[in-house]
Amino acid sequence: MSTTLLIVSVFLACAVEAVEALTIVLAAGTTRDWRSALTGVGAGLLVLAAIVAALGPALTVVPIGALRLLVGALLLILGLQWLVKAILRASGRKAPHDEREIFAREAAAARAADPDRRFAVPDWYAFTLAFKGVLLEGLEVAFIVVTFGAGTGHTVLAVAGAVAAVVLVTAVGLSVRGPLARVPENTMKFAVGILLTTFGMYWGAEGAGASWPGADAAIPVLVALTALVSLVAVAILRRAGDPRAAGPIDAIEVSR
Amino acid sequence: MSFLRTFLRFWYDFVIGDDWVVAAGVVVALAGTAALAHAGVAAWWLLPVAVAAILIFSLVRAVRATR
Repeated sequence: MSTTLLIVSVFLACAVEAVEALTIVLAAGTTRDWRSALTGVGAGLLVLAAIVAALGPALTVVPIGALRLLVGALLLILGLQWLVKAILRASGRKAPHDEREIFAREAAAARAADPDRRFAVPDWYAFTLAFKGVLLEGLEVAFIVVTFGAGTGHTVLAVAGAVAAVVLVTAVGLSVRGPLARVPENTMKFAVGILLTTFGMYWGAEGAGASWPGADAAIPVLVALTALVSLVAVAILRRAGDPRAAGPIDAIEVSR
Repeated sequence: MSFLRTFLRFWYDFVIGDDWVVAAGVVVALAGTAALAHAGVAAWWLLPVAVAAILIFSLVRAVRATR
């Protein structure tokens, strides 16, 4: 059960971040130079792989109790922040995320930039835009892969979930040849926030010395409780004020 | 110096994020859980309660900030 949730968490988190990175790479490639943009993508993925390869084994030398406390704390902080923003978007308290709008903004900025050849890269702007997009969007996923892998001892499965998401998003992006505006990003981030918060509570409490009733069976209960509190919060916020654009969770996006 | 400051700022933003109260609340909740567990008291219930409270508190702060 926890292994399935692990893969689902990493897959969803990685898919959302990959959609956002794809928008930036498309802007760099279509308006500037595809070769430079793809070189930037490759460089970004290499740095991310190096981070996972370095941090993953390093965490295995930490005693399991301390590791789960640390991983639990970090996942809780990250998960709660994703949840807060997802709830605010879902209740109309925060502006929706629009991949088409982001694509248009990035493309306009890319068109306005002067051409600049550096090293062997024909277009330095396209390279750095794609590199930063992949690295910054991917860093959170690398962090999730490392912490989930360390917490469960299934780093390979976590990496597989992340790679599957990147391959899927890239394949769909190539077929659509445009930003993936129809992907229900907020719903996916809502789900990831719930899962990160759940695993953060589970491992954090275990690392602190507490024992869960039912051991692993507590995880789905925690998922349900976290989802319930979050959905109640959305409902209360929608009713309480004058939200700007309250709508279905699917229509709304979160970005950290 | 500016590189170090930028580097630290990046990691602060990455880990702590927009609302430092969330991070502080999580640390306090985990410390409370550890204290109860080491005192031999059932401590599993504290974190879910604390997390719900932190979530609500952070939402209230965020909503007030947008007004």
